[in-house]
Amino acid sequence: MSSTDSAGLRLTALDALHRALGATMTDFAGWDMPLRYGSERDEHVAVRTRAGLFDLSHMGEITVTGPQAAELLDHALVGNIASVGVGRARYTMICRADGGILDDLIVYRLAGTEYLVVANASNAQVVLDALRERSAGFDAEVRDDRDAYALIAVQGPESPGILKALTDADLDGLKYYAGLPGTVAGVPALIARTGYTGEDGFELFVKPEHAVRLWQALTEAGAPVGLVPCGLSCRDTLRLEAGMPLYGHELSTELTPFDAGLGRVVKFEKEGDFVGREALAEAAARAEQNPPRVLVGLVAEGRRVPRAGFAVVADGEVIGEVTSGAPSPTLGRPIAMAYVDTAYSAPGTAGVGVDIRGSHEPYEVVPLPFYKRQK
Amino acid sequence: MSNPQQLRYSKEHEWLTAAEDGVATVGITEHAANALGDVVFVQLPAVGDTVTAGESCGELESTKSVSDLYAPVTGEITEINEDVVDDPSLVNSAPFEGGWLFKVRATDEPGDLLSADEYTAFTAG
Repeated sequence: MSSTDSAGLRLTALDALHRALGATMTDFAGWDMPLRYGSERDEHVAVRTRAGLFDLSHMGEITVTGPQAAELLDHALVGNIASVGVGRARYTMICRADGGILDDLIVYRLAGTEYLVVANASNAQVVLDALRERSAGFDAEVRDDRDAYALIAVQGPESPGILKALTDADLDGLKYYAGLPGTVAGVPALIARTGYTGEDGFELFVKPEHAVRLWQALTEAGAPVGLVPCGLSCRDTLRLEAGMPLYGHELSTELTPFDAGLGRVVKFEKEGDFVGREALAEAAARAEQNPPRVLVGLVAEGRRVPRAGFAVVADGEVIGEVTSGAPSPTLGRPIAMAYVDTAYSAPGTAGVGVDIRGSHEPYEVVPLPFYKRQK
Repeated sequence: MSNPQQLRYSKEHEWLTAAEDGVATVGITEHAANALGDVVFVQLPAVGDTVTAGESCGELESTKSVSDLYAPVTGEITEINEDVVDDPSLVNSAPFEGGWLFKVRATDEPGDLLSADEYTAFTAG
């Protein structure tokens, strides 16, 4: 069992370390997590230019095993999970029968009949319940492994070098969206080349009792190249610059993957029926012919920052809503993702603004992402 | 962090200097700056504006949030810190010095301004 503090917040295995580092903590989906250690801008820049270390132990791990594990996941999720090779990972979603998004997920195929499903902390229980309910009739087991793992991410251009110093695993052979079991700093780990920052990097799933040792080893190995501990604040600006959706902001049960511009994750061609197929086929046709609103990027001409829920305006009318907004350290200006009416969604559309506390601030419509790393 | 002894403090986390020729300098405390995180935008009252103690007279925007800036005293704005408008990070790096926000010719002040020790106790609780 993970521990909780006096306010009932869940604490990760690295909690004492965060406090020793002077982290500002925040309640995130019932977990007491580091928001930042020092300047969130400096942490952001470190990940873009060097490396950053994150505690992501709040993420929800669910293991699916058994002879029909692949069939269950193909039925329960919108992706083609049976086609994921052993040692590979897939970004996918779980939807309701009406097509609404319950969560976005990364699914790792650890073995022929074993998958690790990683859900957002805020949705982990919902995903677990849905998978269990949908497992009826399948020869497969759904296991709550939220307390079985700590998750540490090292992200940024220096991250391969840092990790190489601590493992014999073949990192060069480990492609983006792949994961392999190995040993890092003497502890067993699932080493995954995944992340949520727009940079190269790794996510390391380890037993909670090994988390402190791994964190300290990564800190030492990364110190010469400028690795710093990073909180959830910069994780949010990093993913926003990279145009990555966040559940509760760009994704919700009110939207289908097609509404969110992520229809490519829905695989109609896979075998068998899956939850949401009929509604999603209709959503696909609707998005093709008559999309209601489109997810776009907005870049400020001024310095006031748009926030989730702010209205996007044009010609004095509300034409959309901001889903995420922040000052972008890389662009040096505020940026936002927003759903806007199709007529205003083309990059460069004139006259678009955001209503920031009553003042219409001019914004430029741009394609997503805001930032793409040079490979 | 330590709050300079010579300053007085509001419960909205502003500090102000003793008036010099009737004019006091105002900023936000290190405690407030740390709570905000990196400040990226400041909107200050204009020179000549009259501000009222306890009422919003501007805003401070950080990565995660926007906060109102409250006037700790009532009076007329005589100067604003253009450096902090150009470089809002001064609020974080030097909240009690280069990150000052404005100067005000006070005509009235509330009775509940705190000493450094009282403010330290206030923020500790």
